[in-house]
Amino acid sequence: MNDNTKSAVIEVRHLVKNFGKVEVLKDIDFKTYPGDVICVIGSSGSGKSTLLRCINFLETPTGGDIIFNGINIMDRHTKVTDYRAKVGMVFQQFNLFNNMTVLQNCMTGQIKVLKRSKKEAEETAMKYLTQVGMDPYINAKPHQISGGQKQRVAIARALAMEPEVLLFDEPTSALDPEMVGEVLEVMRELVQNGLTMIIVTHEMAFARDVSTRVVFMDKGVIAEEDTPEIIFNNPTNPRTQEFLARFMHDQD
Amino acid sequence: MNIPVILAGTSKNFWEMVVYLIQVGGKDFLQGAGNTILLAVVGTAIGCLIGFMVGIVQTIPIQPQDPLIKKILLKIVRIFMSVYIEVFRGTPMIIQAVVIYYGSLAAFGIDMKAMLAGFVIISINTGAYMSESVRGGIDSIDIGQTEAAKAIGMTHFQTMFSIVFPQALRNILPQIGNNLIINIKDSSVLMIISVTELFYTTRTLAGTYYVTYEPYLITCVIYLAMTFTCSRLLRWYERKIDGPDSYNLAGTDTTGAAAQKKRPTGVTMQMINRKYNEQRSAIR
Repeated sequence: MNDNTKSAVIEVRHLVKNFGKVEVLKDIDFKTYPGDVICVIGSSGSGKSTLLRCINFLETPTGGDIIFNGINIMDRHTKVTDYRAKVGMVFQQFNLFNNMTVLQNCMTGQIKVLKRSKKEAEETAMKYLTQVGMDPYINAKPHQISGGQKQRVAIARALAMEPEVLLFDEPTSALDPEMVGEVLEVMRELVQNGLTMIIVTHEMAFARDVSTRVVFMDKGVIAEEDTPEIIFNNPTNPRTQEFLARFMHDQD
Repeated sequence: MNIPVILAGTSKNFWEMVVYLIQVGGKDFLQGAGNTILLAVVGTAIGCLIGFMVGIVQTIPIQPQDPLIKKILLKIVRIFMSVYIEVFRGTPMIIQAVVIYYGSLAAFGIDMKAMLAGFVIISINTGAYMSESVRGGIDSIDIGQTEAAKAIGMTHFQTMFSIVFPQALRNILPQIGNNLIINIKDSSVLMIISVTELFYTTRTLAGTYYVTYEPYLITCVIYLAMTFTCSRLLRWYERKIDGPDSYNLAGTDTTGAAAQKKRPTGVTMQMINRKYNEQRSAIR
């Protein structure tokens, strides 16, 4: 996928993030090309969620650059809100707007941020809600539906903004095991549609099946980055080997 | 039961006096009650607006890269606001009424109508209490709501107005109800600046007919009727915006009929989930 004829959608250069004196991210470099599906794996505290939150500016990076389609987002004159509208995010805790129905959740961003008409916003919202199979629930409030359903709505909400890149922050970690599959199924369809995605996940089977590249993070650095075949079958970095061995062991 | 009540100039017993007062003063009672409700409702509404404005300013984030002028301006406004809150929460409303009504005339030559002064006093007093409630209400909203709004590109103000405030408003609705009820009762202190609310009317009637217990009993019943109605209305409204606990899919099952439509017949979400769980075990 990352042939040099295409230019990167998101390029992260020397990204550093400190919380007080704790260095969470140390000099991160990586590129995302159109159509890439990058799965970020690693143990808890390795900085993978922080990396994702820095990319979307929910955490302000301490140093480094984030380049989106050639524009440096770290530049003070760049409007972060415009950038965020083009980079969607799906959260571990779903974060559906509790004061709105399922349909309104998928419409509000389009109306307020993209300035679409109500009619157009509703059509777009319905298109993506149908895609994730949540169209029978358009008038439900978030507290009335299950976790898996909430996450599917959250994905539809992000898709309705028609983003260039979609970020997933452990989208199945807060779900009961019996609901994980329905969310992964929806994500798998997005992969087939060619959406560019960066996914922080603990679902190794999913990462192995769908990703074009896998990034293994350890202690705030990218320890290894390669195709899923190499990462899961022949990892070169001993820390990757150790993590995967421990992970498979924990699954038993 | 007919206990004679000794009253100067009358030979009416207690209940006859009550009926008589309602006959001769019923209109006055109603007018007083009307003014009381008007003062309480308008005062609470404006007070809530003040509370929300203070709440907005208190939640504007200050980033290190913001210009110095913004930081200084915000700091000054915030100091002004905390002084406002402390002063109006920390002094009795009856004193505030006298100071504002007579003080504005003496110090600045502003001759306010008593009723206008009443609105002002109740509004700023309620505002001082409400701004603290609003702050609590905003703090109670999960940070995830703000993050989700920002993640789809909303500005701070869009996030606040369309996501955080509506939810904060729901959370502080019991507080607003409390304030409304307190204002219905406490607007009675405005009789000190001769606002013709219910208590003032009652006092006038008591003076005119030289009776005490009867008019105040009537007033007591009127106050209770007003506060009870308000608290019931607010409870009804709370329940209305909460909606039912579960969502009723009319004519479909919970597996999501539409989700099944484009999948092979008979494939349910449960089956998809089960398949994934098997795959997950298979990776070992």
